[in-house]
Amino acid sequence: MALLPARAPLRRTLGLLPAVAIILAFMVVPVAIMAVFSFLVPRSFGGVEWTFSTDAYVQILFERMLDDSLRFSPGYLMIVLRSFGLALLATVSCLLVGFPVAWFMARRPPGERNLWVLLITIPFWTNQLVRTFAWIIILGRNGVIEAPFRWAGILDQGATLGLMYSNLAITVGLTYTFIPLMVLPIYASLEKLDFSLVEAAADLYSSRLATFRRVVIPLARPGIIAGCLLVFIPSLGAFIQPDLLGGGKKLMLGTLVQFQFTTARNWPFGAAIAMVLLALVMVVLILHARAARPHPAPGGGQ
Amino acid sequence: MTGPRPAARRRRPFGEVPGLGTLAAGFLVFLYAPIAVLVAYSFNAGSIVMVWTGFSTDWYARAFANADIRQAAFNSLVVAVTATAIATVVATLAALVLARGGRFRGSEAVLGLISLPLMVPEIVTAVAVLVFFSGIGLNLGLGNVVIAHVTFCIPFAFMPIRARLDGMDTTLEQAAQDLYASEWATFRLVTLPLLMPGVLAGAMLSFVISMDDFIITMMVAGAGDTTLPVYIYSMIRHGITPEVNAVSSILLLVSIVLVTLYWFMTRTGPGTARR
Repeated sequence: MALLPARAPLRRTLGLLPAVAIILAFMVVPVAIMAVFSFLVPRSFGGVEWTFSTDAYVQILFERMLDDSLRFSPGYLMIVLRSFGLALLATVSCLLVGFPVAWFMARRPPGERNLWVLLITIPFWTNQLVRTFAWIIILGRNGVIEAPFRWAGILDQGATLGLMYSNLAITVGLTYTFIPLMVLPIYASLEKLDFSLVEAAADLYSSRLATFRRVVIPLARPGIIAGCLLVFIPSLGAFIQPDLLGGGKKLMLGTLVQFQFTTARNWPFGAAIAMVLLALVMVVLILHARAARPHPAPGGGQ
Repeated sequence: MTGPRPAARRRRPFGEVPGLGTLAAGFLVFLYAPIAVLVAYSFNAGSIVMVWTGFSTDWYARAFANADIRQAAFNSLVVAVTATAIATVVATLAALVLARGGRFRGSEAVLGLISLPLMVPEIVTAVAVLVFFSGIGLNLGLGNVVIAHVTFCIPFAFMPIRARLDGMDTTLEQAAQDLYASEWATFRLVTLPLLMPGVLAGAMLSFVISMDDFIITMMVAGAGDTTLPVYIYSMIRHGITPEVNAVSSILLLVSIVLVTLYWFMTRTGPGTARR
């Protein structure tokens, strides 16, 4: 291919060195240190003692009794499961809403399609924290949703619908934040879809459902998978949505990690949770890489 | 003509599902209503966000007059500009090597490494970098924040630059070399100008990403190095007044303007490669 401008190995090295060095030094090394810390013993006010221990991981599932025996304690497991469940719920709701929207966009005339892409991209690039905060105003006590009920006298002064600080609120927040990441890749694959194939199926008396299942879904598969990953992975490690909309009561993995490094100051336990989170993400990515092998991998996205 | 036509097997076309347009319109409302609500309440005269008492721009005046907010906004700008400048240069160099350096052993690994910040959950990066900085005793104030931002901005700057390089026609570069332009002259006079829209797009993305970052900054920033999102978070925590909405609206406006600009830039000119 091209001959410009980095041919020589030296230049190649110099060109790549800054990026590689920065990411190695400030990303790979810190995460590796976390992995090491997760096998150490906590010091009282943060920090670690250099003694090997698997306690941090044991602590996720068990509670150590006074007589040093272990008792199963589901508290942290619940947080792991909640993170998984809510991330899954957010992914499914993004898919259910996102697919029809992407379909609609793909059937629009080309000029209009680009406008839709812009309209869906804009919220994604605006501040996540601020957009999540907006949902407090909507779901919160005296918020936009409660106001009409109160005005109509259905809801008493002190009463609240209790929309905030719930799994529902977190799921809505996650869905709202990440749904553009579902719509855009599905749209990208549907836009390339050859609609004459769909028409051919219809001409051959395929039922609507069969056409959808046998023709549309397989062709849109890379986009659907990419969208699901792009929603599921950040949802699993989310911090802002459970923190603001779950109100410290409904912890997820992200809020638990943050809590261990700030308030609780148990670094090894926080590190162990962080490693669990990282491992879950890696497992999902590896499963995806395996599943996507026959097809060209869908682009990483933003 | 009476009764159904016998050969009317032609049903409505497959793609046109009734109600789809309504759903899509509803989706746009879902996307923009929260933003609209947030901005609307920033003009509330009263001090309780959710109790509308009248129109006023007082909260904007207050936000602008608040020295802490001004400092936080200044910090945000300093961090975003510095991190963007460094990340864009670093990403451009890497993209040039990876797109034009031919295949070499380890190129896949480098590509994977560059996209790593997109895969590791932000909260994990945040605490890891926090522990790392305190472990090596790095205490550069805003410098710490800049370093953390450069790291996660690199892939965002890299993507549009690489896409632009891949979509560019190399015959112009070859022509320049055929006409005895030196490599450096070719790069400066041909490659770089052609690449510029990609570089600008990458810089804009990384600027927006840096301005918006909250989790990593919250963990890494010291007490005096608050950025705007971190300040907004502490305001939300301490009780919500329309002042939060006013500051938030300004931040939203900045992102929306930049993203719209980015969009127009990546769409103009030949050889544009959108993913």
